[in-house]
Amino acid sequence: MSVLEIRDLHVSVGEGDDAKEILRGVDLTVRSGETHAIMGPNGSGKSTLAYSIAGHPKYTITGGTVTLDGEDVLEMSVDERARAGLFLAMQYPVEVPGVSVSNFLRTAATAIKGEAPKLRTWVKDVKSEMELLEMNPAFAERNVNEGFSGGEKKRHEILQMRLLKPGIAILDETDSGLDVDALRIVSEGVNRSREEGQVGVLLITHYTRILRYIKPDFVHVFVNGKVVEEGGPELAEKLENEGYASYVKTAEVAQA
Amino acid sequence: MTDQNTTGLTTESAVLAGELFGEGVGTQAGPPTTPADSTAVAPGAHSHGGTPTGSPAERFTSTDPDAFGVPTGREETWRFTPMKRIRPLLDGAASDAKLSWTTDLPEGVELARVDAGDPLLKGLPEPVDRLAALTRQNAGGADVVRVAQEAQLDRPVTLGLAGTGSEDVVWGQLVVEVGAFAKATVVLDHSGLAKYSGGVTVLVGDGAQVTLVTVQEWAPGAVHGGQYDAVVGRDATFKQVVVTLGGDLVRLVSNVQYAGPGGSAELFGVYFSDETQHQEHRLWVDHAVPNCSSNVLYKGALQGEGARTVWIGDVRIRPAATGTETYELNRNLVLTDGARADSVPNLEIETGEIVGAGHASATGRFDDEQLFYLCSRGIDAETARRLVVRGFFADVVQHIGVDELQDRLMATIDARLGALPGLDEQPVEVA
Repeated sequence: MSVLEIRDLHVSVGEGDDAKEILRGVDLTVRSGETHAIMGPNGSGKSTLAYSIAGHPKYTITGGTVTLDGEDVLEMSVDERARAGLFLAMQYPVEVPGVSVSNFLRTAATAIKGEAPKLRTWVKDVKSEMELLEMNPAFAERNVNEGFSGGEKKRHEILQMRLLKPGIAILDETDSGLDVDALRIVSEGVNRSREEGQVGVLLITHYTRILRYIKPDFVHVFVNGKVVEEGGPELAEKLENEGYASYVKTAEVAQA
Repeated sequence: MTDQNTTGLTTESAVLAGELFGEGVGTQAGPPTTPADSTAVAPGAHSHGGTPTGSPAERFTSTDPDAFGVPTGREETWRFTPMKRIRPLLDGAASDAKLSWTTDLPEGVELARVDAGDPLLKGLPEPVDRLAALTRQNAGGADVVRVAQEAQLDRPVTLGLAGTGSEDVVWGQLVVEVGAFAKATVVLDHSGLAKYSGGVTVLVGDGAQVTLVTVQEWAPGAVHGGQYDAVVGRDATFKQVVVTLGGDLVRLVSNVQYAGPGGSAELFGVYFSDETQHQEHRLWVDHAVPNCSSNVLYKGALQGEGARTVWIGDVRIRPAATGTETYELNRNLVLTDGARADSVPNLEIETGEIVGAGHASATGRFDDEQLFYLCSRGIDAETARRLVVRGFFADVVQHIGVDELQDRLMATIDARLGALPGLDEQPVEVA
């Protein structure tokens, strides 16, 4: 059972006079078994939220708290956050030349579990998860993200989520750039973790399309660095029909 | 002291012919035939043929050492080299010293010795500097590896060349002659302590596929100079993998020319320089016939005070070389302060009717995004760094295609990086 609590989180990028505030007081609580969709227009700070929680050095926390099961996440290094149970599926996973997928996965699993996984069961787990994500076995011997198509990168992110079994998974625009088949395959992977009941999901997306496959329990509308409206799945339908225009306009007025 | 182009500096560029020239316009891209004798090249600077970076369009070659004069260290070809340390080779004293040879010759391969008057030697590409000319002269003949036409070797040809610790300079000349349509891998495995200057010429027959691997795992104190030439036949494929890990000073010049259209050359290199090591790799790919390709990938890492690497990548596309496709890339990873990497790519294009031409060079520290990605999966920063450096090398080493050798080289690299925790049972097969 994990609880991620974000309270009045303020985050900026850049330094000194160039510093720009991106997150302006975010409040959010995600529990195991829950799926939260964060929806918002481009530039609203959705990805900043994801990367700030994961600890990317580019972002400076200027206020607020983030805790996981009461532990101060902001005090942890990037790898400590992952070992504490946080996982970020990235929108643009980077290439790591010369490091094979199988080597990477096993190193990560060893780090997360604190000991090397038993070789036989590990190989079996990797193989079956790859099959479910419709990934070719040859994939494991390729270098991490090198020459991967957009869809392959996203499957690889979800494969990691499946194998590392985080308490809280943040999916940053995992749906972007996917065709319908890939979207379905990736969504099914996320749903397998949800059905196991142990993961809390923070699903960041610009579009409602993925919500047809992954049904959220809560929907948060994110505009201009904060949550401006919250509701159930019906809120996603409203956004599908009306878009973000009314929220953006309100935010602009509020800023003026 | 950290030089400006050793830390944080990243230069990158790529030129596509289409951006340089109008369609079908055989424009002369400029340039200078004068060898640059100035050293006024900004750190990290590179040109597309506009500014002299030390690559005379016509390179002077000769078998007569005196035709080059005695280098002072100010010449373009010598300005990066520590002259004091290479002086024993440049003094050119004849000697009978030899390396100790261990050979593994698969069926279809013959090893022979020819004397200095042999016509084979007359036809080889000529030396491009005084050291290479001295080498040709003092070697007094050549060792010749012959691979029969259409031979398909069941394993690599391996020549273990070990220094015996002699103070005398060892002079060597090797010719690898691969018949048409043969497929061969030849490994030159250098080790031990020596002062060695060795010329290597690979004659790649029409349609042949040849991989030449040259490993420099010399003992500390070793000095190694050498000129490598490849003459790539029609529709032939030549791959060279240079791995420089050991020795005090290694300076290798690799040249490629094409004897007929349709040839392909891939030049890979890795080097790892610790304090006091100077590793210099100079490349020259001469496209003079149509429809050939070249691809260059050299990666190096430096750690420790005084670690020094030099990479010069010259590619020339002559007017006749239409349909050429070429790309060269050099990456340097500076692991500690006080190391210096020089990287000078140079591309001279004399016809617009090519498929593509480009280069990129980058020297810097770790890629923060790679480290973030690995750490975000729970991997601690120290392990992530080692994984990234290990991968940085493996990216090139895996082109060798000889598993045992790849494993041995990666083990050497691992030992220098420190053991990677939790990875003892690697690799894991998932099939």
